Amino acid sequence: MMGYNPQLNANGELQHLLTIEGLPREIVLHILDTALSFLSVGEREIKKVPLLRGKSIFNLFFEASTRTRTTFEIAAKRLSADVINLNVGTSSQSKGETLLDTVANLSAMHADMFVVRHSQSGAAHLIARHVAPYIHVINAGDGRHAHPTQGLLDMFTIRHYKKEFAALRVAIVGDVLHSRVARSQIHALTTLGVPEVRVIGPRTLLPSNVSELGVHVYHDMATGLKDVDVVIMLRLQSERMNGALLPSAQEFFKYYGLTPEKLANAKPDAIVMHPGPMNRGIEIESSVADGRQSVILPQVTFGIAVRMAVMSILAGNA
Amino acid sequence: MNKPLPDAEDLLARLTERMRASVTPDTALIGIHTGGVWLAQRLHKALGLRQPLGTIDVSFYRDDYGSRGLHPKVKPSNIPFEVADADIVLVDDVLHTGRTIRAAMNELFDYGRPQSIRLAALIDRGGRQLPIAAQFVGAEVSVADGDQIELRKNEKDQLSLALNRQGAA
Repeated sequence: MMGYNPQLNANGELQHLLTIEGLPREIVLHILDTALSFLSVGEREIKKVPLLRGKSIFNLFFEASTRTRTTFEIAAKRLSADVINLNVGTSSQSKGETLLDTVANLSAMHADMFVVRHSQSGAAHLIARHVAPYIHVINAGDGRHAHPTQGLLDMFTIRHYKKEFAALRVAIVGDVLHSRVARSQIHALTTLGVPEVRVIGPRTLLPSNVSELGVHVYHDMATGLKDVDVVIMLRLQSERMNGALLPSAQEFFKYYGLTPEKLANAKPDAIVMHPGPMNRGIEIESSVADGRQSVILPQVTFGIAVRMAVMSILAGNA
Repeated sequence: MNKPLPDAEDLLARLTERMRASVTPDTALIGIHTGGVWLAQRLHKALGLRQPLGTIDVSFYRDDYGSRGLHPKVKPSNIPFEVADADIVLVDDVLHTGRTIRAAMNELFDYGRPQSIRLAALIDRGGRQLPIAAQFVGAEVSVADGDQIELRKNEKDQLSLALNRQGAA
């Protein structure tokens, strides 16, 4: 694990963004600080800056996504890049082309950056190892492994509302087992020095080794949410579940769905986050999702600024 | 550090007087990060301007992004007034190649179409690479090509100038 980090170039600068695990704290903070400057660009009459003029960014989505793909596309366009969206599941791959052949062909079309989502863990790493040195790769979600830009935008959101990380209690609730988002959040929270990270969920939806990541494990919402500053709800990923991990969605909602009553255990000024897409009535009640403590829609707005920051930092590290 | 630079507070006083006759309470000041913002704050107060002070960081508009990457310490730009039809004075500490001012003007036009833009600089050190000139200057100073003039601020908000010799930075 020590030494070589495939995300960094010879100068220790960010070359690819593949996972938050092992990312130096200064780089994480630099991304968050830069994103703050891009946030004000989004409030202007003309929301574009010329940084990535003439660059081609390929959104390479081997797995369906609306919000992530769209916010990456908006981010790239606001940086004045040319964006090409490929839903690869429906084209080359179904004709038998390998992942690396697809990437080699797109590189021959003078791609400068790939934004990759894939159902296989490690897909973005594989691509990053095989592209030319001037090409940058961003992992937009790989299997159950990582979703670093989501983790970063969640940190941006927490800092926006809570200012400091050093005294926070953060609870991540629900289907941690299938969640690459949760993994990225845990690494980011730890890197930024959040002293207490909790995960709350049924035994069947928590990885058996989750406590090794330095988090506190709870199976009960009332005690798990006690006095937390931030509640992060995860989506119940029914499409990733094979076999009977849960009796039913209704049963899950009864014990782990976020209701005003359960949220009352958290601090009165706690914020409620969700990476989306939300299953209302399964992991979160509508009155909470739309309530005064919810910051779920600001998360989406912040996501654009964070992705602009990541893209412009990467593209500048030639 | 053996080359004597003028006193920054004296230059600011001179710059303030040179601007006084040419601004109205509606003139909008925009300081360019970081030294230009310090100067703009002082000018804004001394000139009694009504428009809130703007600040600008030109990192997203720099022409050396392709060779040097994104500046490691970008600060948010904040323009708290309507740029369209405004009379604007950009404030920077040292006017040199003119590239920062080019970037700042490009950024400003993404907020709207100003009525006019003028430029105030504490020091004009020459060496322009673009057709840009300042309307208000504290002093013209000549230093060796590779040297850097840096504006500093102490804990009492007093401004001073420092010369960073080539290769010594």
